[in-house]
Order: sequence, then structure tokens, then C-alpha cells
Amino acid sequence: MWLMGYRIQSKYVVVMAFLFLLVFTGCTPSHHMSTFDTHGPVARSQLVLFYWIFWAAVFVFVTVSIALFYTVLKYRRRSGDPDPPQIHGHTKLEIAWTIIPSIILIVVAVPTVITIFDNANSPEPSALTIEAKGHQWWFEFTYPHPEEPDKKVVTANELHIPVDEVVNVNLESKDVIHSFWIPKIAGKVDMVPNHTNTIWIKADETGEYYGQCAEFCGVAHAKMKFRVIVQTKEQFEAWLKVQALPGLESADPLAVEGRNLFEGDARCWTCHKVEGSKRSRGTTGPNLTHFGSRNHLAAGVIENTQDNLRKWIQDPESIKQGTIMYRDAQVYTDPDKSLTESQVSALVAYLASLD
Amino acid sequence: MTTSILSRPIHPTGLWAWLTTIDHKRIGILYGVTAFIMFLSGGIEAMYIRLQLAAPEQELVSPEIYSQLFTMHGTTMIFLAIMPMGAAFFNYLIPLQIGARDVAFPRLNAFSYWTFLGGAVMLKSSWFLGGAPNAGWFGYAPITSSAYNPGHGIDFWILSLQILGIASLAAAFNFIVTIINLRAPGMSLMRMPIFTWMTFVTSILLILAFPVITVALIEVMFDRFFGTNFFNVGAGGQPLLWQHLFWVFGHPEVYILILPALGIIAEVIPTFSKKPLFGYPVVVLSGVVIGFMGWMVWSHHMFTVGLGPVANSVFAVTTMAIAVPTGVKIFNYIATMWKGSISLTTSMLYAIGFIFLFVIGGLSGVMHSSAASDAQQQDTYFIVAHLHYVLFGGSIMALGSGIYYWFPKMTGRLMDEKLGKLNFLLVFIGMNVTFFPMHFLGLDGMPRRIYTYDSDMGWNLWNAVSSVGYLILALGVLILIVNIIWSVLSGEKADGDPWDARTLEWSMSSPPPEYNFEHIPIVHGIDPYWEQKREGLSTVPISGGSGDDDSHGIHLPQPSYWPLLASLGLFVSGYGLVYLSSSIGLVVSIIGAAITMVAVYAWSFEPVNDPDEGEGH
Repeated sequence: MWLMGYRIQSKYVVVMAFLFLLVFTGCTPSHHMSTFDTHGPVARSQLVLFYWIFWAAVFVFVTVSIALFYTVLKYRRRSGDPDPPQIHGHTKLEIAWTIIPSIILIVVAVPTVITIFDNANSPEPSALTIEAKGHQWWFEFTYPHPEEPDKKVVTANELHIPVDEVVNVNLESKDVIHSFWIPKIAGKVDMVPNHTNTIWIKADETGEYYGQCAEFCGVAHAKMKFRVIVQTKEQFEAWLKVQALPGLESADPLAVEGRNLFEGDARCWTCHKVEGSKRSRGTTGPNLTHFGSRNHLAAGVIENTQDNLRKWIQDPESIKQGTIMYRDAQVYTDPDKSLTESQVSALVAYLASLD
Repeated sequence: MTTSILSRPIHPTGLWAWLTTIDHKRIGILYGVTAFIMFLSGGIEAMYIRLQLAAPEQELVSPEIYSQLFTMHGTTMIFLAIMPMGAAFFNYLIPLQIGARDVAFPRLNAFSYWTFLGGAVMLKSSWFLGGAPNAGWFGYAPITSSAYNPGHGIDFWILSLQILGIASLAAAFNFIVTIINLRAPGMSLMRMPIFTWMTFVTSILLILAFPVITVALIEVMFDRFFGTNFFNVGAGGQPLLWQHLFWVFGHPEVYILILPALGIIAEVIPTFSKKPLFGYPVVVLSGVVIGFMGWMVWSHHMFTVGLGPVANSVFAVTTMAIAVPTGVKIFNYIATMWKGSISLTTSMLYAIGFIFLFVIGGLSGVMHSSAASDAQQQDTYFIVAHLHYVLFGGSIMALGSGIYYWFPKMTGRLMDEKLGKLNFLLVFIGMNVTFFPMHFLGLDGMPRRIYTYDSDMGWNLWNAVSSVGYLILALGVLILIVNIIWSVLSGEKADGDPWDARTLEWSMSSPPPEYNFEHIPIVHGIDPYWEQKREGLSTVPISGGSGDDDSHGIHLPQPSYWPLLASLGLFVSGYGLVYLSSSIGLVVSIIGAAITMVAVYAWSFEPVNDPDEGEGH
């Protein structure tokens, strides 16, 4: 094969083809956080815009690269060459390459501005509105109570929404700046303390989607995740109804022992809330009223199984380094107060029973 | 004369000569060597980052150390490597390019360097004094407040950045005055070399940008030291205030990093194409326009913080608009090569590599200027890819080009071209293998600043590739070091004009004499030395005019101890302030301030030129 007067060996063509193949595998939609696998109108509009600009950029890149390499190869110096003509400029050319890029940019700017406004303003301001609050290093979600308007339903790290419906989310932060991002459903909006933001989202397929904090927020930033669980309207309403109930009182003796520990010596109650309990009213940590019904723990880091829960209570650092629970709770800070194996079992039984 | 506390030093060689030098060429070399060492230290920090991310779920470094690593990597590369590397070229070249014997304020110039060195050492020493800063180079409030960050890392960060700011401001004023006042006769503004022009614009940006970050840093400092509430959320503080102040500084800072690079390229390409720069006035104007528009785009770093659709649209459009003057420069550089006689020296290869990579970085920049689609890209590896194409592919490639181009002028020896080409090839390939896959990672949803990732996220392959790229890049830099050392010691001797170049610095011997120009030259055009060689337009003035003809009569500023001592005081004071909560810290900071005050006072009364003073007393 010949290219611009140079013979190109076929093995290089194979290598190049392989490289291109690799390049396109970069855009694998099956991945959990891929921005190419959109499942909602906001993410889709952002992807359409991306492709629009991407191809404009490819056009410019190819044009400039061809001009650059053609020039470099064609005008290489050969020994004995005289000085080339000393050209100082060409006004028309320079006007041309000021105006042509400007036109390309207008082509990009118009859909950009349209999409900015589309995505900023919720199409249904009166739709279901959820409060999302970032904490170091977990997400709190507050829903309106399905029956009593002055009450709220609070959960953590798993955002349930009904499919095919606009949901408005108010974004706040308890401490530092976080960012709320569900790549397959919508681009991110930051959670800034003293500055409430809003985002609207809509998912057009049921399923579980990955979300993650996108603004560096401290030591456990990498493990500040959440899941979005998109359900049919009926499933969602049933779920919300259950979440609105107080935490179940299990009769299992181990779970009762666990509750006593939770509300007593282990002092879990100072930071965690369990609706229905008189003691557990803390708000520093996640609300655990229906902890057992969640799929994941430690803010989307691992699956919520009894084994993982045991590991989490025994040694939070092995799952997520830097947690405030490990830093502040006396069962971890005071060696005399640390939990025994059986105490951990009791706590696991209690928490698992809260479904 | 009796007001002089110390007599002016008279050491021609040795350590003291370097410590007290106010020769812009020596200061330039000091800047260059320091910046290069800092570049290597930032590279080592990057090495840990790439090792940690090479595979999923690794625990090579703890999350806390990882935060410190990326904070220090960014801060080092921007403030301690690329900026001072630019300053090295400003120092060495500006007086030579404009036909002057030194900068306007030689002692202030020395003060800039020593203050910079103090700030750099102070920031880096935090690694060994309880932990480096860990809030990112952008240090978003309120994560920098004592409540979330009780250690001293942030104190080191805010104080060393303020010290570095003093150094940058002093240097910037110096270069503005130098460029305005010390140009040789005939060198009108529109005959200045492009590198001098870009230095001029950069210096103006520095003067306008650094006060903004200084205000922001002082606010954080007051919050931390004296309990004020600028960013205390509980008391109604506004974290977004920090972001606005930071990026009003931070975006012009990007141009502070890239305009000198664009200037270097505009010197290298005409020389190795044997053609004048295509569209000189347009290239100058586009540089000025970039410098001006750089102030109108800061909120594009804040598209996701919730400024509203109107602000986002305005900043999206202004950001896209800045691509026009940038593109114009690139097209003019290519047009300069068109119909030229191009020799592909290492310097030229770096310049061509710069154009290719900077175009990629510029285009991904246009991609995130689109605020709506940027919502998917902000704070992901797509941004990391973009910024490295701009700052590595842009600034560092251009600095590499500049090193190979001006090395013979600075040392009198050529760098080895074979090693040079190998060095270029490895850096170019390594840079692409390291940073290109980050585009994929970002679009695949990998956030920035995460110390690890799960193996099922689909990010394993490209992270591994990127880490391999680091090795190639590191090997390339290693060969550059070998080449520099080998060439300094035994490179081929270079005459005054090894490249058949065009500007005044090539009209003298290599390395230049201490006084630069035996006669202050006379300039007839944009490429004065080329015009002298080809068209016989001599830059040498008709003799018999001024007293300068006699080389004994050349007036040169004398070395001085005071700039060094004034900087030392700031350095000492900075450490004291870090530990202000203890009484020792308070005392040390007062002592430091006193040293600076005494030094500045003595500096003011130092006799201008007193060769006899040094011997008698």
C-alpha cells in the first residue's frame, strides 16, 4: 500500500486497524457508568449534543492534521535548497480562517444553548420532588410522605423513582461540595452547601443504575456512590408505602438483643435514626429504618448481605477507608468498648430485620 | 554610601556568585534547573497515581496519601514546573531578544527567583512535616476549612501559594517594565519577537490574576487562623465565592501557562522553516485577544455548580469564541511552514508535536465548552485527558522545543540530535498512550480523583494502558536528562547562530557575554538578525556615537545580598505562619518579617555601583 509517496507495509495497516478497533471499544455502552448507554431524555440530549460537537471536532482535526503533515512532508529541506520566498502573510487567507471556525462554532453553539435551557427547566415543576442531600460520604434521600403531607420519608443511598415520569430532585449538602451524577440518566449537578440546586430526571426503562459523587469531597470520595432503582409506578408506590412505615420490631431474640445494643451501649442511636424507636433519633448518619430492604451498604460500595454487614460493622476500614463512623464512634475509638463477636452478630440480626 | 550595611558582593564564580547574582542569564538558568527538578518531583507524584490506578482495587497508597498526591501533582506542575520553566525562558531571553543588557530591575529579578524557590521548598517540605495538602489544586471551600481539614497541609498550601504569588508578581512587573522601556532603538512594539510579545501579555495576566487568588487565599487563611466566616457554611458563608475567585484567577492562569508556549513555537517554526512568521500582526493580535478573552470564560469550570442557564449559555459561547484566536495562531504556524524549507530538528519535531497535540486538546476543550454535554464530562477523566493535552501536549512540548532550540545559546554546545529524536519520539508516544485512553475512561464514567475503582466498571484496560504509557513517557524524560547532562559536558560546540535564526539573541556568541551586547543594536524589522545576514541591514550602530563603544564603559548592575535575604525572610515567616497557633510559630513569623523588612530597607539604600567598597572595610 502506498500513501503520499511512502510505502506502507501491510502489517502496519493491521496494527492501525487494531488500534481503531481499540478506540471504539472505548465507548462500550454496557459498562455501568457509560455515558453512551442513555436511559433518559436528559442524558440522551447530552449525548446527541456530544456527537454533534464530536463530529465537528473530528472534521476540524482531520483537516488541520492533513494540512500539518502534508506541509511538513512536502516542504522538508534538501541540502542545497535556496532560501524559500519570504512570505509575510496573506490577508484574505487570514480572514478566511477567522471566519470559517467562527461558523463552525455557531453550528455548535446554537444546539448547546437550546439544550442548556431544556435541561435546566423541569418540564413538570409540580411532579414528584425528592430532596437529595450529600454527606461525607453518603447520600440522603427525602420523599414526601404518601399520605400525610407534613411528614417525610427518609432513606439513604438508593434512590427509587417511577419509570417514564419526570422527577425533580433538589440538591443540597450537609458539609462540603458533592455532585449528583447518574451517567445513564442525567449529567451531574453539584450539591453545594448554602446553595440549593435542582435537577430533573426521567428514566425510560426500569432497572438499577449507578450513581456516584463526582466532586472531590474528601478521603472516601471514591466510595461515595448510590444506586437509582427505576420501578413501575405501582412498584414505586408500594415501595414508598413500606418506607413510610416505622421500623419493624422483630421477635427474634438475637434481633432484640441487637436492638438493645443499638439503642444502648453501642451508642449507634446517637447518629442513626430508626423510625418508631424512641431512642434512635440521630441524624448524623444514614437513616436505617428500612436498612434491610436495601441492596447495598456503605453508600453503594458492597452488596447488603449478612456477611458483608458483619464485615462492615466489625471493620469499616476494610470496606471504606475514612468513614466518620469509624473515626467517631466509641466502639471503634475506645478499645474497651469495642464490639465482641456475639454483639456484632446481634447487631447484624437487628439491622437485617429492618426491612 | 555609609548606609550600606553589607558591601556589594564581588564573587565572580562559585556558590556565592550564584547566590548573589543579578545577571538575568544566570537567574534564568536557576529558574530552569529548579523548575526541571520540580517537574521531576511532580512526575514522581504522577508515578504513584498511575501505579495505584494501573489495576482495580489496589492499595499501594492509602486514600489520604492519594489525595495528597493528586493535590501536589497539580500544584507542582502548574506553579512549580510549567510557570517557572516559562520564567526561565523569559529571564534568559527577553533582554537578549530586545537588545538590552539586563532586565529593568535586576535585584528584583533575583528576589523573584529566591522567593519562588522558598515557596517551592516550603510547599514540597509539607510531605515531610505531617502531610501534604489534600484538597486538590483547586482547593474548593469548604473542604479546606479547619472543620474538614485540621492538619497543616492546607496551611502549607495557602502560604506557599502566597509566597509564589509574590515571586510571580515581582517578575511580571519586572518584565513589563523591561519590555516597555529597554527595547533597542528601532524595535517598535510591532517589531518585537513573538516570544517577547507573549511574555508581555503573560506578565499582564499575572499582574491581574494573582491578586485575585491572593484575596481568596487570605480569606481561607483568616478562616483557618482567626476564625472568620468567609467559607463557614454554618455561619452563612458561601463556598461559591471561592470558586468564582479561584477561577477568575484560574482561567487566566491557563493562558499564563500556554501563551509562553505559543510564543516559543512562533520562534522555532520560522527559524526551521527559513521563513518569516506568517501574519505577524495577526499572531500578535490573537495573543492579545486570547489574553483579554481569558477573563470572560472562568465560569466554564463551574458549569455544574448551578449558576443557571443564562450564565451557562453566556460562558459556553465566550469559551467557544476563544477557540477562534487560538485557531488563528495554529493556522498561521502551519502557513509559516507552507512553502518553507523545513529542517526536522528535535526542536522542530517538538514544535510540530505541539501543534498536533494542542489541536486535540483545543478540540476537546470546545467539547466541554458546550455546558449541557459538559455535565457528563465535568470532573471525569475526559477533563483529565483534555487538560493534559493542553498542558503536556501544549505547554510541555513547547518547553521541550524551547530547550532544544535555545540550549546552544545558553551553554555554547549543541544537544545531541540522535538522543533528541529518541527523546521526542518516546515522549510523544508515551504522552499519547498515557493520556488518550483517559478520554475513553471519562466518557465511560470514571470520575476524577478517585483512589481506586471496582473491577467490574469496565475501566481496567484503559487504566492499564495509561499506566504503561507513563513508563514510556518516563523513559523519554530520562533520555532528555541524559541528553542534557551529556551535552553540557561534551556536546558539539555551537557558534553564535547554529540554526541560521532570525532574532537578536543569535547575533552574539554562545553563551552570550555577561554584558550581552557590546553595542546596543539598532533594529530595522521584525527579524533583525536575519535582515542583517541576508539584506545587509546591520544591527550594529555606526561607531563613535555613545560611550558604550569601549567595553570597559559598559555599565552592568552589581550583585547583591539583599534580594536573597529579603526572600529568606518571607520563607522563614511562611513557616512561622503555618504554626501560628503555637507561640514559637508567632515568634518565627515575626523574625521572618523583620528579616524581610531590614533587607528591603538596606536594598533601597544600597549604592548602585561601588566596586571599591567591597575591599576596604
